[in-house]
Amino acid sequence: MGARLNALPRTRSGSALLGAVGVALALLLWQLAPALGLVPSDDLPGAGAVLSKLASLAGTDAFWSAVGSTLAGAGLGLLIAVVVGVALGVLMGSSQVAWHALRPTVEFLRPVPGVALIPVAILVFGPSMQSDVFLVAFGCVWVMLVQTLYGVREVDEVALQTARSYGLTHAQRIRWVQLPSSLPYIATGLRIASSIALIVAVTAELVAGNAGLGKAISLAQSVGQTEEMYALIVAAGILGIAVHVLFGGLERRFLHWHQSQRAGGDR
Amino acid sequence: MRRLRLGWLGVEVGATALIVAALWLYTNTNESYAVAPLGDVLESFRATWLFDHVGSDAVPSLVRMTLGYAAAIAIGVAGGFLLGSSAVANAIASPVVGFLRSIPAAALLPPAIVLFGIGGGTKVAVIAFVCCWPIMLNTSDGVRELDATLLATARVYGIRGARRLRLVVLPAVAPRIFAGMRTSLSIAILLLVTSEMVASTNGIGYFVFQAQQQFSVDDMWAGVLLLGLLGFTLNLAFGAVERRVLRWNVRDDRSK
Repeated sequence: MGARLNALPRTRSGSALLGAVGVALALLLWQLAPALGLVPSDDLPGAGAVLSKLASLAGTDAFWSAVGSTLAGAGLGLLIAVVVGVALGVLMGSSQVAWHALRPTVEFLRPVPGVALIPVAILVFGPSMQSDVFLVAFGCVWVMLVQTLYGVREVDEVALQTARSYGLTHAQRIRWVQLPSSLPYIATGLRIASSIALIVAVTAELVAGNAGLGKAISLAQSVGQTEEMYALIVAAGILGIAVHVLFGGLERRFLHWHQSQRAGGDR
Repeated sequence: MRRLRLGWLGVEVGATALIVAALWLYTNTNESYAVAPLGDVLESFRATWLFDHVGSDAVPSLVRMTLGYAAAIAIGVAGGFLLGSSAVANAIASPVVGFLRSIPAAALLPPAIVLFGIGGGTKVAVIAFVCCWPIMLNTSDGVRELDATLLATARVYGIRGARRLRLVVLPAVAPRIFAGMRTSLSIAILLLVTSEMVASTNGIGYFVFQAQQQFSVDDMWAGVLLLGLLGFTLNLAFGAVERRVLRWNVRDDRSK
């Protein structure tokens, strides 16, 4: 029995089976904890109640408009972060002057927690989509910048010299040599930034009251709709997984020809 | 060479001074109520954080974060070793872990408030819960990728038990643990600030949020500045610790 159990994770179907067992166990625990009185069922309703609530929420417009607002805020912010981050990254990666001129400022701003700016965003934008977009863009731009910078720096010196001796101008070298070879790094940055974007968007909605899943969650909590609150959190988790799968797949696509040149994938 | 380096230092200092000066000018001439002159912000920073509110707001924040982060490291490393050394446990847990860590961190604050109230323990628990996943996943990857030759060599030399863990396994996994801890550190700061804004009666996040609610823009910016300095300092300290602990490790990690 032990040997057969140990053989299971080695096949795809076997590990899927074990994973299903794990999910079933977790759901069972979640169902039993309130049922047995381990936690008050008002504070943590069972899995069945929450999941059926989620199913009924999925039929409402309000739910989808909240999901849409969160995705729009996170997506637009991410887009701005990518454009600004890649542009600055290429600039700092290819020019010594720009690198030295901007390095201290970037090094200082990079670790600033984006959520510290939530009160500023409230003051400037009020509870609005712009506030989401601003905070997400600030939260994601540094990852994109640093990844692009690494990518541009890591460009193959021979390729660059070849391009130079073929008479490509500075702009052409960026377009045809440096940018393509930094794409895998940019893809990695995009994967990391996409999770940050979702986290920041939900946080901003929760604290500042911008429309979206975060606001719906805090609203459900403040009126005592615990089932709805947990259902929305499960929805946020599913959204998180979807973002992860999407951008993880994108990264692998860009990486498959470049894997050997990269260090191991930390997460 | 030396002169060249001095020249670049000049560019760094000069450009940064220009940026700060531009900021100074902008904040002094801008009429928007959301912008405060840089001088006033610095004055408010001095009055508030040197050292009037340090004991009442900064210290509670740091204590919460340290406790939550420490708990996350303990849970993450222990869980990571478990998942990394048993393929069965890993297969059972990975969908559930994958889901739990995909929940946007702040979404867990409302249920934590419902379950545990708004005390300091809630913030510690949420930080620990959210920050343990990156550490756990990185640790388990590190344990799974342990070099078979390394382990076999250790066996041949009769290195076993606690000595094996301390001399062979931990050093080999440490770079991955640190990679996870770095990710978790920024999440911990994010959660700390958010939880203090949502539910607290003290802390830096609470202070900034209150300042905004009362339209004391100088104080708000001073608090933002402090949070920025905090993030910067913690990151710097983390880098120093990492370099010290992993000074033998030559891996050039460019994936961040």
